[in-house]
Amino acid sequence: MDYKKPKDVDEALKLLKEANGKGRVIAGGTDLILQLRKGEYKAEILVDITGIDELKKIEEEDDWIRIGAGVTHADVAENSLIQNEAKALSEGCHHVGSPQIRNMATLVGNIISAQPAGDGAIPLIALEAELRVFSEEGARWIYIEEAYRGVGLSAIDPTKEIVTEVRFRKLGDYGHSGFFRMARRKALALPIINGAVVIQLDGSRKGIKKARISLGPVAERPFRPRKAETYLELEGLTPEAIKEACRIASEEANPRESLRGSTLYRKEMVNVQLMRTFDRILGAV
Amino acid sequence: MKRFVRLNINGREYIVSVSPDRLLLDLLREDLGLTGTKRGCGEGECGSCTVIMNGRTVLSCLVPAIKADGTEILTVEGLAEGERLHPLQQAFWEKGAVQCGFCTPGMLLSAKVLLDKNQTPKIEEIKEAISGNLCRCTGYIKIFEAIKLASERINKRKDK
Repeated sequence: MDYKKPKDVDEALKLLKEANGKGRVIAGGTDLILQLRKGEYKAEILVDITGIDELKKIEEEDDWIRIGAGVTHADVAENSLIQNEAKALSEGCHHVGSPQIRNMATLVGNIISAQPAGDGAIPLIALEAELRVFSEEGARWIYIEEAYRGVGLSAIDPTKEIVTEVRFRKLGDYGHSGFFRMARRKALALPIINGAVVIQLDGSRKGIKKARISLGPVAERPFRPRKAETYLELEGLTPEAIKEACRIASEEANPRESLRGSTLYRKEMVNVQLMRTFDRILGAV
Repeated sequence: MKRFVRLNINGREYIVSVSPDRLLLDLLREDLGLTGTKRGCGEGECGSCTVIMNGRTVLSCLVPAIKADGTEILTVEGLAEGERLHPLQQAFWEKGAVQCGFCTPGMLLSAKVLLDKNQTPKIEEIKEAISGNLCRCTGYIKIFEAIKLASERINKRKDK
């Protein structure tokens, strides 16, 4: 197996093209190295994008916050812009794996590995993030939800495509967000359930202009309980409406029976955890 | 197809010939005889393979050796200065925070990065700093106490 560490995206794409489908992008490698070793995946050349400086930035540009594909979960969790503008993402990245894994693994990688409960990806779903995808044909933006085809199946083809960044709109002064996670241990444990809440209040702070909720692992991909979201936007910011919205969300969620929790238990915990998260993020309002 | 990697390990320069699928963990243990770093699970789930790379803890069982080219690495062997133990090593010893010793190298390095940036850690911060290192023997309490003790000593040394 060969390994190359290009200095820019063009060179990386060229290397992938030359490999003719047998090459593969690597960033932190915390998922990929295991997959290669177990034979779940084969590659003849690894193209390491962590040497590309322009992919290591977290920046704001007008209304957008942009995070490069080389940015690690630790970078995101420590970043004050993200802490202020997108608390849910800061919290999510803070809970990935372990300190060592957070130092190695990238936020974009968490999306590419396409797990239904990726702690970095779940807040990005609620933030309605977009990905910049480069290929031989050029560059395009896709909504983050389009990146998922199924459990562990990304719509991005890492043998010929490179995601260079993820971006989302700033929430503004009336925006609030939070992330929750339930697991048997505080680190190195897959979640029983996790999720994020992103809301934008209207000017009066009594109505909800926009409500977005993401949940995992309650479906084959990160899940948005859209009926709950719509209900909240219509009913506004009352304790009764929030309670009902959380109930609706738990109805919509459809987790399978699993080692980490039964369907019944996880559905109920969706309700409980969403209530607590709303409580926490709206406490100040 | 073997390649040369250049590494600075514990202050020394090394140039090693590696094949692309060689892991950093194996390079350290097998090629360089630095067996302080341990293979526990080999899957990035236990932390016993922890080393510090360019100032951050990483799991050497998940790092291809070739990906470590040009980096600065600190292993547990680099903590002591000759005969003089690092305050963390001294405190682990005094507090009985070492039983079988297998998790210890990883624990020491995770604790070191904490104390390098925070010499007055609260208990919650200590717990989080070592949350990526599993111990099957001690129940962690002595490890927390050792890190706390080391932090107090480092702090006192700083004030001098």
